[in-house]
Amino acid sequence: MSLTRIYGLFLRHFYLITRSFPRILDLVYWPSIQITLWGFISNFFATHTTYYNNAVGVILTCAILYDFLFRTSIGFNMLFLEEIWSRNFTNLFIAPMRIGEILTSLVVTALIRSLIGLVPAILLTSPLFGISILDLGIFLFFLFLSLYIFGITLGILVSSGLLRFGPSFENIAWSTMFLLAPFGCIYYPIETLPEIFQKIAYVLPLVYIFEEARNILINQTVNIENVYYAFMWNAFYFSLSIALFYYSFNAAKNKGTLINMGE
Amino acid sequence: MTNLIEVQNIKKNYGKKEAVKGISFHVEEDEILGLLGPNGSGKTTTIGMLLGLLKPTSGQIFINNLKLEENRIQILEKINFISPYIELPKKLTVKQNLYVYSKLYKVKNIKERIEYLSEKLRIGELLNSITGELSSGQKNRVSLAKALVNEPKVLLLDEPTASLDPEVGDFVRTFLEDYKKEKKISILLASHNMNEVTRLCKSVLMMKNGEIIDQGKPQDLIAKHGRTNLEEVFLKLSRSNSEFN
Repeated sequence: MSLTRIYGLFLRHFYLITRSFPRILDLVYWPSIQITLWGFISNFFATHTTYYNNAVGVILTCAILYDFLFRTSIGFNMLFLEEIWSRNFTNLFIAPMRIGEILTSLVVTALIRSLIGLVPAILLTSPLFGISILDLGIFLFFLFLSLYIFGITLGILVSSGLLRFGPSFENIAWSTMFLLAPFGCIYYPIETLPEIFQKIAYVLPLVYIFEEARNILINQTVNIENVYYAFMWNAFYFSLSIALFYYSFNAAKNKGTLINMGE
Repeated sequence: MTNLIEVQNIKKNYGKKEAVKGISFHVEEDEILGLLGPNGSGKTTTIGMLLGLLKPTSGQIFINNLKLEENRIQILEKINFISPYIELPKKLTVKQNLYVYSKLYKVKNIKERIEYLSEKLRIGELLNSITGELSSGQKNRVSLAKALVNEPKVLLLDEPTASLDPEVGDFVRTFLEDYKKEKKISILLASHNMNEVTRLCKSVLMMKNGEIIDQGKPQDLIAKHGRTNLEEVFLKLSRSNSEFN
């Protein structure tokens, strides 16, 4: 692995973001709107239901966590799609970059993109709604880390599809998160789902992350098992996504998708 | 003379379709080899295999005496490519693009390298311009600068002067001739501009339907086929169904 090359690819996206004010605005705008909206919904539920009586910030905290997951995943896909849209894809793949270097660079850049959007949104929550996500304490770090890994995993899975099938796979890139959201039990306990859906939800790391966030905020206790299961499933899906990416890269080399990929 | 490119009986099948049917050729150091053929003859597929973007169904490729299949990264460090069908990131400035690619190719003296290429390719005034806002001629010279940023020993050019006006086209051809002579590099040139090929190439390969149907020095091919220029030879070969060797 070459740090110089990883840094080089990071710079390509860093220049792109910092050169364009609308791009920065776009990164900040949507999370802020999302969080503000969920902040008001959260306030409403807190005053009208008993479930949230002890923790007014539950919905808002989960909204922030979900937004981080969403931004990470979409951010990773955007970085990959950016190369296709700009017809730079071939240039990138004829540069002496290892797959691991490309992935590492995109993973780091996706994190920075997500944080650019998320930090202002988090800062908004305290003055506007009197809620601090820091109430989750040290476990906030583990929950964020778990979501980050899963967001990246989804990004790598979608990028594998783009490699294998070309730009026509783009629509899938936008819909993955929406498909998984109902199974993630972001705003409701898993018992809300029908039994068959619960079985699906239990093999995703999301349910453990959001259950634990609610558990900490509502019951003021920590169930370390949830954190453990989230990481276990993450490790499984992350390994699977990396293997699939390598497989797709080789398949693309056989099929010829890497040549002249662009819109 | 050292062969910087050595292609041994490579084939590429897409399912049942044979895109390249077992071709062999080599390119020596300080040589420009022309790769000619009608659309769909297998030129792009061949270049794709040389760049490691496509895996040959069978056969072997050696670049700078290294087997491509086993030394992809090492080979890509010393090879580069330009084509009108690929572009540099449009929103970045020329300088940013050259800097990024210098990093990807681990160029040691980036500032000096960019200054050298800027002077040689007359892009000094464009360095702070947005790449997507350049004219085709300017973009072409910037792409060439990117392709030379790693001081490649092997350069693959796909239609390097397509859509350029005669003045810029001539500038690029002269530059390539001089650069090849100065750096002793190998160039594989795929082009539909027969005057360009006649001027630049020591020898040419004529491809059709995934096969090499004729090869030799441009003047020898013209004489062999009883024509007055390479374009007529191209038309004769591409329109005929018979064997020419």
